[in-house]
Amino acid sequence: MMVIEINSITPLLAVLVSMVASVMILAFGKYPNIREGWTFVAAFIKFGLVISMLPLILKGNVVTYTVVEMLPNLPIAFKVDAFGILFAITSSFLWIFVTSYSIGYMRSLKEHAQTRYFFCFAIALSSAVGIAFSANLVTLFLFYELLTISTYPLVAHIETPEAISSGRKYLTYLMIAGVSLLFSIVVVYHYTGTTEFSFAGIAGMETIPQTTLVILFITFMIGCAKAAFMPLHAWLPAAMIAPTPVSALLHAVAVVKAGVFTALRVILYVFGVDLMQGSGLWLYMAYFVSITIILASIYALMQDNLKKRLAYSTVSQLSYIVLGAVLITPHGLTGGMLHIPYHAFMKITLFMCAGALIVTAKKENISEMKGIARQMPITMIAFTVGALGMIGMPPVGGYVTKWFLLLGAAELHSMILIAVLLVSAILNAAYFFPVIYVAFFKKPDHELKYKEAPLTMLVPLVLTAIVSIVIGIWPDAPGMFLDIVEIAVANVTGGGI
Amino acid sequence: MTGFELIATHLPILTVVVPLIAGFLTPIVGWIDRRLPWYWVMLAMFVVLLIAGNNLVTVINSGTIQYKLGGWDPPFGIEYVIDLLNGFVCLIIAFIAFMVSIYSKESVKKEVPGKTTPFYSVFLLLITGLMGMTITGDIFNFYVFLEISSLTAYALIAMGDRGDGVVASFNYLIMGTVAASFILLGIGYLYAVTGTLNMADMQNLLPSIYQNKVVLAALAFFMVGFSIKVGLFPLHAWLPDAYTHAPSTASALIAGLMTKVGAYAMIRFMFGVFTPDFVITTTGMTNILAWAAALAIIVGSVLAIAQSDIKRMLAYSSISQIGYILLGVGLANMIGMEGGLLHVLNHALMKCALFLVAGAIFYKTGIRNLYQFKGLGKKMPVTTTVFMIAALSMIGVPGTVGFTSKWYLALGSVDAGQWIFVFVILLSSLLNIVYFWRVFDNIWFGHPHEIEHIKKDEAPLTMLAPMVILALLCVFFGLFAYYPVHYVIEPLSVELLKLGGMP
Repeated sequence: MMVIEINSITPLLAVLVSMVASVMILAFGKYPNIREGWTFVAAFIKFGLVISMLPLILKGNVVTYTVVEMLPNLPIAFKVDAFGILFAITSSFLWIFVTSYSIGYMRSLKEHAQTRYFFCFAIALSSAVGIAFSANLVTLFLFYELLTISTYPLVAHIETPEAISSGRKYLTYLMIAGVSLLFSIVVVYHYTGTTEFSFAGIAGMETIPQTTLVILFITFMIGCAKAAFMPLHAWLPAAMIAPTPVSALLHAVAVVKAGVFTALRVILYVFGVDLMQGSGLWLYMAYFVSITIILASIYALMQDNLKKRLAYSTVSQLSYIVLGAVLITPHGLTGGMLHIPYHAFMKITLFMCAGALIVTAKKENISEMKGIARQMPITMIAFTVGALGMIGMPPVGGYVTKWFLLLGAAELHSMILIAVLLVSAILNAAYFFPVIYVAFFKKPDHELKYKEAPLTMLVPLVLTAIVSIVIGIWPDAPGMFLDIVEIAVANVTGGGI
Repeated sequence: MTGFELIATHLPILTVVVPLIAGFLTPIVGWIDRRLPWYWVMLAMFVVLLIAGNNLVTVINSGTIQYKLGGWDPPFGIEYVIDLLNGFVCLIIAFIAFMVSIYSKESVKKEVPGKTTPFYSVFLLLITGLMGMTITGDIFNFYVFLEISSLTAYALIAMGDRGDGVVASFNYLIMGTVAASFILLGIGYLYAVTGTLNMADMQNLLPSIYQNKVVLAALAFFMVGFSIKVGLFPLHAWLPDAYTHAPSTASALIAGLMTKVGAYAMIRFMFGVFTPDFVITTTGMTNILAWAAALAIIVGSVLAIAQSDIKRMLAYSSISQIGYILLGVGLANMIGMEGGLLHVLNHALMKCALFLVAGAIFYKTGIRNLYQFKGLGKKMPVTTTVFMIAALSMIGVPGTVGFTSKWYLALGSVDAGQWIFVFVILLSSLLNIVYFWRVFDNIWFGHPHEIEHIKKDEAPLTMLAPMVILALLCVFFGLFAYYPVHYVIEPLSVELLKLGGMP
């Protein structure tokens, strides 16, 4: 397939729009309604700009734009391909929902420093889309660091000593990751003279001696600590101290997916499919992430705090994506990449439900949620939808990606990996069903009246739940995620499925 | 012949003469009106900036400028030589000095009350000394300017915190004099064996007598002397006190420039008096330097973490950053050298901005303890934003100047096969995060109910403008590092490593 490069400034605009919005947010800090207005406007424009590139991408083209030559042979440049736009669509689309949800959440709880909150949120979104569109490792690194820095004030938002120490933990993990990533980039540049992603992997990577290559792979994966592989996952549950919209968008979608996205970029577009297979690295990585999939699910079982349980569930689910990518088979790749948007929709629904419970019922722990569905039926139905998706029950989206992953594992005749996927599905059921059971069937301690969260919160979480079902019932709708993923997979494998 | 053409041939020397004459005229200007010296210094610095800029452009376009002082031919007369290296450093000196001179107005009025005129007079003489050290092609003339810059620096530091300033200045005086003696001895030795004082001439004569022990001793003396001047660990003891207790304006100037010029001198002597293959292969001096620099990077950062006085923290951070520059030089390969030289510019911008911020905070609140900074983000939003940008540069976040030099240094270390230096550089950026993040946390966070009522109370415009300009440049040169690298740093590195400093 011939790939045509189209030069257009749209990627830069899509990244910058929320940066500009962040300035406006700061300027209108005294007028909350106008301030939030800017966030909304930016969210819609951003999504519009991203989606405007989709037709070109679906034709198999890529959109490129070089911003500036930072150093000789080291440009800051954007290149939008199918995989990049997949992540960009996911995060910019969900930003619209979370903006509405944030307004409801922050105002209901009368949170302080809301201007800083919306300011940092806008910058974080810029960074996420920047990561999605990066044409080379250095540009990606730029936005990767920006994402870390801009999310720190969000994690430490409530400014209690506990929050600040969680923030420090967050920063420690992610900054060490950043340094490790930088090291890896330097090594890649040293051996190949470039850092630009390529569908077949960067040319010259095969000249790196085997030992160095393995070390390089490890440092790259440490660099992707945002993907929360065990044992580098501890920052994620700690970051749950942040306001729930932050957990929802950033720690279920933007930040963690940025980590996974980077991991996949490195595996497929830096090392390349051939080198991953030739060096045998894929198998070790597959086993390594399998451990995370199982262990994180077990950790999730042990949590009583709902947000923490969801956090461990995220840790486990993220590794599905990487597992899919390292299977290297077209089906495995499809499953892995497709899990980026699918998991995002389902997990954000779950987090928004958890936030609604905090705001309306003031309940964070599962053991306190007896019969809560009588008070908040809509929220809990949405929660059930998300949970079913996580477990992989049709018609909610999750079963689609699990199907592809299982196909990928079956193609490799790997009984171990098939077992991992199945066991993890059972574990998912084991930690989600109790929540549903407690909420719907346990008798509440005292009589509960119907009282849902404010509409600004309820509407987004219902909508994302509906989307989760739609993408499950009709995954192959034209122009939907599966289409995009098929192009991305064709790009890296050099052919169709 | 127009007036400008008449001056044009003398532009090289004017970078030294303008501040010198202006310095001596300052008392008269101050005698006319006590408010005038500030305008006077700014004017002088602006003229110097224009001249230095013009010199560098000339060098880039048409090669090295050689200026014979008094028309005497070298090697007998004193020769001023401007090539890419000192043209570049001169421009940095002139620019930073101009920024600091704008900033100085309110700060000097408050911190050295009643002594503004002498302060400015000495300020100009310090610039004279630094410019002279940089620009001269004569090794003894170099020493004269070295003494001028040192003596003026002692005076500036002594004007600082009552008591402590004098002690710090005295410490510096002792150490500085030891350094100067080493350098003078080195110069004497070289003069004894070559019979010339002209650097270019000396470089031609030295290779035939490299096996001579006197030459080796001279090199060793220079290295020790300059190591003291730049505050290379473990010869750094004078530096933290001097930076901490000097008046804010002087701290910014000295931290931004003195060590850079020391580093320049070290590079000049290694590659412009001796030859690259002598310092790199024969004596292995660059290797020693690289290891010492690596040690300085780590120790400086670790000690910075232990400080609670912001200026002291920045001083220790300088010790570590000077290690970056010398590490780049010590790697002695193309990319490493580029990183080191680029860091001269980058560090001058960042560190000057940080010291200016520390001065502005001190000016407004009288606080230097960073644990008392709570709520400052609300009180002085612009100042603290500048601090954040400069500090992120120090950490080496991409998009700021710190990243570009870190990138080159790391790449240079890999090229040299010195993996340990890569880890040193990366570890140091983690340590930088540790000590700067404490300040961030204190500035931006704190008990909300305490901060809620703080009113905005910014530093005056004369202080804000230079800080903001420096912060913007930190970002500008972070994104557009291509220009300095392409026009100055790359050809310069080629020149230094292959051909020596003086073509």
